[in-house]
Amino acid sequence: MSDQTIRLWDIFIDSFLPLLKAGVLYTIPLSLISFVLGCIVALLTALARLSENKILSSVARFYVWLIRGTPLLVQLYIIFYGLPRVGLIIDPFPAAIIGFTLNVGAYNSEIVRAAILSISKGQWEAGFSLGMTKLQTLRRIVLPQATRVAVPPLSNSFISLVKDTSLAFAITVTEMFQKANQLTAYYYEPLLLYSEAALIYLIFSTVLSQLQAKLERRFDRFTAR
Amino acid sequence: MLQMTKLKKSFGNNEVLKGVNLKIEAGSVLVIIGPSGSGKTTLLRCMNLLEQPTEGTLQLLHYTLDFTGNKKPDKQTVLDIRKNTGMVFQSYNLFPHRTVLENIMEGPVIVQKKRVAEAKARAQQLLAKVGLADKADAYPHQLSGGQQQRVGIARAVAMEPKLLLFDEPTSALDPELVGEVLKVMRELASEGMTMAVVTHEMKFAYEVADKVIFMDNGVVVEEGTPQQVLQNPTNERTKAFLSRIEEQ
Ligand SMILES: Nc1ncnc2c1ncn2[C@@H]1O[C@H](COP(=O)(O)OP(=O)(O)O)[C@@H](O)[C@H]1O
Ligand SMILES: [Mg+2]
Repeated sequence: MSDQTIRLWDIFIDSFLPLLKAGVLYTIPLSLISFVLGCIVALLTALARLSENKILSSVARFYVWLIRGTPLLVQLYIIFYGLPRVGLIIDPFPAAIIGFTLNVGAYNSEIVRAAILSISKGQWEAGFSLGMTKLQTLRRIVLPQATRVAVPPLSNSFISLVKDTSLAFAITVTEMFQKANQLTAYYYEPLLLYSEAALIYLIFSTVLSQLQAKLERRFDRFTAR
Repeated sequence: MLQMTKLKKSFGNNEVLKGVNLKIEAGSVLVIIGPSGSGKTTLLRCMNLLEQPTEGTLQLLHYTLDFTGNKKPDKQTVLDIRKNTGMVFQSYNLFPHRTVLENIMEGPVIVQKKRVAEAKARAQQLLAKVGLADKADAYPHQLSGGQQQRVGIARAVAMEPKLLLFDEPTSALDPELVGEVLKVMRELASEGMTMAVVTHEMKFAYEVADKVIFMDNGVVVEEGTPQQVLQNPTNERTKAFLSRIEEQ
């Protein structure tokens, strides 16, 4: 092996742990926390949009319109660099959580809304005719079925989010991509180090896809083939 | 048990029920017949307030509801009426994510707050009664249409309703499966269940009904005993409808 190959190999090995550590300490928590919070926001937003209350549904529609019509990077900049101008200073990590939660919440709300709408009116009526309230029917009858419908698109959304968290580097969070930047500045090996970061993202996404497949199989017991 | 006076229902400008007067005695079976689009389903759905009538009054249980000027009954009343009336749908509408047993237990456990063990024992009894004791743990999609509809009936009966509504319960079934569902309905009738049934099964209507009404275009055109309405109809539209049914 040439000296150059050995040198690259050494850099690869030396960088692997720091990159993985940034992934485990920042990328994964950032993704997980934002996604869970984003799903709660999404459910509330979807219910608001579907409600008969005009004000609620307008507020929800406005929020989705605003978030979907603007770049994620700009949203992060407004939260982290913009809000201090009105006295709201937020640390990088929580600022990233807020940004990603609001972003993924808007996109997921459309998924959840479509999933709820895909459940037939007959299911609601079967619940109502047993004397169930709207909330009981939603919780016991409609949401469990809608969840099955929403799992594939939500999984896509989650995998996208894992990759999008790389944008947090722009508001000084040392997540995995930022770590790759730092290592590159040190070793001057951009091709190797960014590829190495890409490899770890790929591993994360692959694991998530497998989890998705497992989840779908679990639900399949009650679906007709 | 139930009495409707000048009951009307409009969807927008489309008046679907044009002033229906109707009485169902406790323990009796009412059969509703009539051409497609005449308002039979809407009439039935007004009885458990899945549709909100736009005019007239409805007496049910101990309630007297006045819909004059599109007045709405309060939520608690609506829930109470639905708890005490069961509905069996043309398309079954079983809960696909729950087993047969869980489908039947859902109402008693969630709405009536019965203990799970008690609800389960009762659900098993009901399943045996509709001839499906061995299907307790199956999911709805694993059953034939006739079996699903029998589960649908058991689910409704589990709430011990005072009035049971059937909307064309056998219309979606293959002909060879109709009999098993009608058999269960006959049994319920003979046990004294108060029933309102929309159906095209004339033999069932003739043998089981205490009263038959013929609906056309949102009004009750003719009513009486099965013999009167099905064998000696006086109205031309009833005659035409019955002869069309016979040809099929
Ligand atoms: N939810 C609804 N919205 C608007 N129109 C409806 C609705 N339900 C029923 N209708 C109309 O009411 C009329 C009667 O329908 P329905 O009660 O289903 O009749 P039937 O059960 O006798 O076939 C039809 O013209 C139908 O289009
Ligand atoms: Mg109908």
